[in-house]
Amino acid sequence: MAPWDEALISSLPTIEPDPKGGRVLGYVQALHEALTLALEKFPEMFVMGQGVDDPGGMFGTTKDLHLKFGSHRVFDTPLSEECMTGVCVGSAMRGMRPMLMHNRPDFILLSMNQLVNHASKYTYMDNGQTRVPMVIWAAIGRGWGSGAQHSQAIQGLLLGVPGLKIIMPSNPHDAKGLLLSAIEDNNPVLIFEHRWLMKQKGIVPEGYYKVPIGKAVFRRVGTDLTIVSASQTLDLAVQAVDQLKAEGITADVIDLRTLKPLDETAILTSLKKTGKLLVLDTGWAMAGLCAEIGCIAAEKGFEYLKAPVRRIALPDIPTPAGFTLEQFIYPDLKRVVTAIREMCRGK
Amino acid sequence: MIRHKYEGQGYKGRLGQALAYDGPFLVSLYRSMLRIRMIECAIESRYHEDQMKTPIHLMIGQEATSVGACAAMRVVDQLWCTHRTHGNYLAKGGNLKAMMSELYCRANGCVGSRGGSMHLIDKAVGMAGTSAIVGGILPIATGAALASQLTKDGIVNLVFFGDAAVEQGATSESINFSVLKKLPLVFFCENNFYSVQSPLGPRQPNTPIWKRAAGFGINAVQIDGTNVLEVYEATQKACERAKRGDGPTFIEAVCYRYRAHGGAGDDSKTGYRDEAEVADWTTRADPLDSFRHYLVTLGVVKGGFDGEMKSEIEAEILAAFEHAINSPNPVEADLYTHVYSE
Repeated sequence: MAPWDEALISSLPTIEPDPKGGRVLGYVQALHEALTLALEKFPEMFVMGQGVDDPGGMFGTTKDLHLKFGSHRVFDTPLSEECMTGVCVGSAMRGMRPMLMHNRPDFILLSMNQLVNHASKYTYMDNGQTRVPMVIWAAIGRGWGSGAQHSQAIQGLLLGVPGLKIIMPSNPHDAKGLLLSAIEDNNPVLIFEHRWLMKQKGIVPEGYYKVPIGKAVFRRVGTDLTIVSASQTLDLAVQAVDQLKAEGITADVIDLRTLKPLDETAILTSLKKTGKLLVLDTGWAMAGLCAEIGCIAAEKGFEYLKAPVRRIALPDIPTPAGFTLEQFIYPDLKRVVTAIREMCRGK
Repeated sequence: MIRHKYEGQGYKGRLGQALAYDGPFLVSLYRSMLRIRMIECAIESRYHEDQMKTPIHLMIGQEATSVGACAAMRVVDQLWCTHRTHGNYLAKGGNLKAMMSELYCRANGCVGSRGGSMHLIDKAVGMAGTSAIVGGILPIATGAALASQLTKDGIVNLVFFGDAAVEQGATSESINFSVLKKLPLVFFCENNFYSVQSPLGPRQPNTPIWKRAAGFGINAVQIDGTNVLEVYEATQKACERAKRGDGPTFIEAVCYRYRAHGGAGDDSKTGYRDEAEVADWTTRADPLDSFRHYLVTLGVVKGGFDGEMKSEIEAEILAAFEHAINSPNPVEADLYTHVYSE
């Protein structure tokens, strides 16, 4: 955890939730609480990853957990991403509930052999004899020079792999509940957090609760179009829709929460009502989440469509490191607002 | 040109020594190797019928590694393997009928026609997992060993892999981690000198594999992989070490693959290895012939002792083929099950 990183995240605007709604907790604290509860509940669970027991504790999510649960259950690892992912697979096949944490999803790319060729396949290959309950966690980076190898949102690359589940929370409540669902799940589950969400605060119930995997939720309800997103780009969608309310534009904003399995029903139900679809993703537009949802709309919701599907995501280029260039790559509020206005012109 | 001739001593050193094992145990080792050899030959002889629609990787010539290693393991101990699984599966006690059904792609195959020859599993006897990606199984076996250490279940994990797996980064990573954590794990490298048709020379530096492994601080040995007793003893030592909590062992077993990397028959005629090289191993270091000679010389058995054994095994093999051929195929609905666990 470099100081610049903290400074950047701290500089982002946060909304103070109304404490009347319940207990207010930060995103990182919500994750820390989930891990604590899970380690208490499942003696077969362990957490590993580079620096999970260092003073920073993986952005604070694992801070001091090794002191509470012992260094046999929360431990640092060699820089051997493929091996450590395989260690998850093998230990899961033998009854454990491993969780491997990476600072950045970019490092998961080193473990694709274990993830794609092994973890996701064993249950199928051995005809259901073996379960592989494991969680791979990473936080997408952005800004301050993260560049091409520390900012990648690779969910699109993994979306097409049968046997995996992919989770992308957008707020502290879901981050905790989805993490607990992931740990309880008997399959390999990937969680992509976003570094920019980690200063968020929200209403987070105490104790053990789960947010179901595979169920989307409506964050805003409207009639003019359907906006589908998850993770950090969901914030953009909500902000844009709230701003456009003054212009008489309303929209369904669907927070997928889980990319795989994908809640097609929520998307198609909304599309049937609005007839227009905009998809926002933190990853590349090409062959990713946006492309898949666009295709689902064409295949299963064609009759509802009143306008072409639009997507706002990253262009088909690597992320430049310098802010002078980087400022042009990420979708911002202005772009989202403009797109929505264009889609709703003469509605 | 013979690149890799047999350099072992066979059973020479043991001939002057008293028997360390009782007769029935020695005969059971021989029978187990013979059974595997006969099953492999039966599969090979019928492969041309094209009813076993699965890429086979015969292990004829390497029976001593599977049999010797598995004899040192208990049923509860876990075995992790490569794509060349037949011998491992059978030596660990895997069900022959379920294996044959799997090769015939039947619904009652050991993994329901989802794995084929390269993924034979029988969890009931500790045949735990395989990978058809070279080196891919090592991190998984490492994780299984970590699970054993964390749960203190006393189980030993053994992972088979070939010489080419040593070239994979994940192998180095796995050895590093298992030494670091003192895991109850046995790395069992079957060095048969060839990866498909690529000889060792262009793939690895000349330092022996076990010496490179030893560089990680692992207890490493090199043994004659054609000598079933040497394999048994090395594995037993490694298992005891693991059970004591003294950490992993790396065994390099030097052995030889008689047949092609995949499919039936020897492909030496294509020129990647000298046929004289194959002959050197089959005549001087055959795991069955050399062990039988040893048993006869020591008077444990009389010549021709295995006649009845062969008839029994032949009948068993025939029954297994019959079972497989007469078993039902899976149906389309089966395609969609077990993508996820409940």
